[in-house]
Amino acid sequence: MSKLLTVSPSPHVHSSESTQKIMYRVVYAMIPALIWSVVVFGIDALRVTLIAVVASLAFEYLIQKYLMKVKPTITDGSALITGILLAFNVPANLPWWIILIGALAAIGIGKLSFGGLGSNIFNPALVGRVFLLISFPVQMTSWPVNKQAGIDAVTAATPLGLLKEGITNGTPISEIAGLPQLNDMLLGNIGGSLGEISAILLILGGLYMLWKKVITWHIPVSIILTVGIIAGIFWLINPEVYVNPAYHLLTGGLMLGAIFMATDMVSSPMTVKGQLIYGVGIGVITISIRMFGAYPEGISFAILIMNAVTPILNYYIKPKRFGGQ
Amino acid sequence: MLKTFNLGGVHPPENKLSKDKAIEVLPVPTSVFIPVAQHIGAPATPVVKRGDEVKVGQVIAKSSSFVSTNIHSSVSGKVKKVDFSSDSSGYPKEGIFIDVEGDEWIDGIDRSTDLVKEISVDGPEIIQKIQDAGIVGLGGATFPTHVKLVPPKGMKADVLLINGVECEPYLTSDHRLMLEKADEILVGTRLLMRALNVDKAVIGIENNKPDAIKLIKEKCKKYNGLSVVALKVQYPQGGEKQLINAVTGKEVPSGALPIAVGTVVSNVGTAYAVYEAIQKNKPLIERVVTVTGKGVSKPSNFLVRVGTATSELVDAAGGLPEDTGKVISGGPMMGRAIPSLDVPVTKGTSGILLMREQEATREETMTCIRCSRCTTVCPMGLEPYLLKKLGEKQIFDRAEKERIMDCIECGSCSYTCPSNLPLLDYIRYGKGKVGQIIRSRKK
Repeated sequence: MSKLLTVSPSPHVHSSESTQKIMYRVVYAMIPALIWSVVVFGIDALRVTLIAVVASLAFEYLIQKYLMKVKPTITDGSALITGILLAFNVPANLPWWIILIGALAAIGIGKLSFGGLGSNIFNPALVGRVFLLISFPVQMTSWPVNKQAGIDAVTAATPLGLLKEGITNGTPISEIAGLPQLNDMLLGNIGGSLGEISAILLILGGLYMLWKKVITWHIPVSIILTVGIIAGIFWLINPEVYVNPAYHLLTGGLMLGAIFMATDMVSSPMTVKGQLIYGVGIGVITISIRMFGAYPEGISFAILIMNAVTPILNYYIKPKRFGGQ
Repeated sequence: MLKTFNLGGVHPPENKLSKDKAIEVLPVPTSVFIPVAQHIGAPATPVVKRGDEVKVGQVIAKSSSFVSTNIHSSVSGKVKKVDFSSDSSGYPKEGIFIDVEGDEWIDGIDRSTDLVKEISVDGPEIIQKIQDAGIVGLGGATFPTHVKLVPPKGMKADVLLINGVECEPYLTSDHRLMLEKADEILVGTRLLMRALNVDKAVIGIENNKPDAIKLIKEKCKKYNGLSVVALKVQYPQGGEKQLINAVTGKEVPSGALPIAVGTVVSNVGTAYAVYEAIQKNKPLIERVVTVTGKGVSKPSNFLVRVGTATSELVDAAGGLPEDTGKVISGGPMMGRAIPSLDVPVTKGTSGILLMREQEATREETMTCIRCSRCTTVCPMGLEPYLLKKLGEKQIFDRAEKERIMDCIECGSCSYTCPSNLPLLDYIRYGKGKVGQIIRSRKK
């Protein structure tokens, strides 16, 4: 026999799974919410998303090629996700140059300064968003009006913003004007960041990712349950000061955060037990900031804080070993 | 709900191409190379020399310690030399080369196919005969069977598990054996039960072999204490610890043997070999080998004499396809890629899998995205991504604490990794090093 055979250790077969496929499934899962953002905010939503995506890909390529001098990995889909998520987390009327700064913070600081995909501690898109929120508080909190909501104005406050302002002024919840109805919150006829407004379409994307086994239920469900239960307890105690828990679940970035941001594989824990602790932690911090903090919304900070806790969770929380401990 | 093991597992495409092919007897080859180390433990010591005439069934290498076993000639003819040649590990191993002349068997072996159901020997005699006949675990681990049948002091088996799982993709040798030699396997099981002094045996078969489940279930009615459990198809269910867990719900503690939870596991092929050794006085000189692969023109199951070169089997299955890139001894998940077709069939060879060029290369690796799929599929509850990193960075004390030695090398982690990382390669390396450290500590 003249031909040389390949000799390599087992296993000799591989599943059809690939990192790229996983990344593109996440992208597909975000498409319904993206389409909805165009419906409610018009072509502006598309403009913001395109700028964020192109900027993220470009920064990744340029930094990897010229600063890090490594082979650019822009085709793996991860920078594409970061771009879309960054767009989802900002108002649809954000000026283009602020988006560029956000993309640079997300990709440059959030991702590549740690070594790139897989090495980043924090969710890159959230690093970008929080960077912008702190640097440009005015532009980041003047949301355009939802065309579906039928309000005659250019900008409008978000439901959580209205709530925070009312409660801070001591207004009972039943008397705060302009709070949306439950069905409007569910469908997305409310104000807010570009991709966060339609709970039902975000959940649809989440179900798709569950079906395709991109994510497991542990992180989103533990976040949603924690927020729901804590908000519910306070609401039962005093409904004039603490709002109906459905309000907390369906407004702001909770669904977007719980389904698409907290589930980022790179920055979330490796074990099921760790993921549950992480999810409960995000829930507790989110609701604490919303109820008692200065900001109306807290999920971005909550996820970033729990991202920082993830290495500790990975170190101490071990999976159930076969054959006992 | 069908039973299965409690942690992890994967389900690769089954590709049981040869499941409907009856076992064919492969003609006796013109020469054989019979390695003296075909089992776990000490290699046997050759007792023949160049020029000796041997017959089929004659001992040609003697067991050298308790964890060792005899090697018998699978052919008749003249010993050409006692020398080194590579086995499936790729390393040169000592063995006996025999040029075949005729097919003459030693006296006393019953070569008829009549079923001998009556058991007329007692436990200790069964164990002695198993040892003499050179029987080892035929599922692939090749642990000498007689050692398993003598539990350590203070331990006792309550149940015997017979492994008919055959969870490796492609392989069908156990499946065919169950269909064609069901009674023999069950008599063999009864013999093992008597040797172990247990009154219960359970045969575990995965649900992708409904014909075997039905047949063995039917046949079990005629034997005392035997039953069949149908199991959900899930790799690596054929692993000893996983099978025990699937059938009994018990977990063998870390570092312990199955006897610690009162079980002994034997493969269906082993049960058949035990039947032949006791009821037919026939030592282990042949076994069923599946020859398969997507490019193979005639996927087959052959009854093959030990020592036959792989090339003979490949020729009988329609020849080596032009685009063959890799030849595997065993299944695709745990089998070994062999360097040449001269490698002989040994007691542990369950199959020969020919992989085409495009199946034989690994895909490009990407960075770990910490998706935790490897942790989810690990049947031992380990964290392969972490063990890989610890092996790579040579942090062996931590690797030991993270239970690297529990790894059964099933390959589920590497199989499932979306970034194509060679997780098991690094874990094996780490295991080897940690094993050395543990051994040097004991000294």
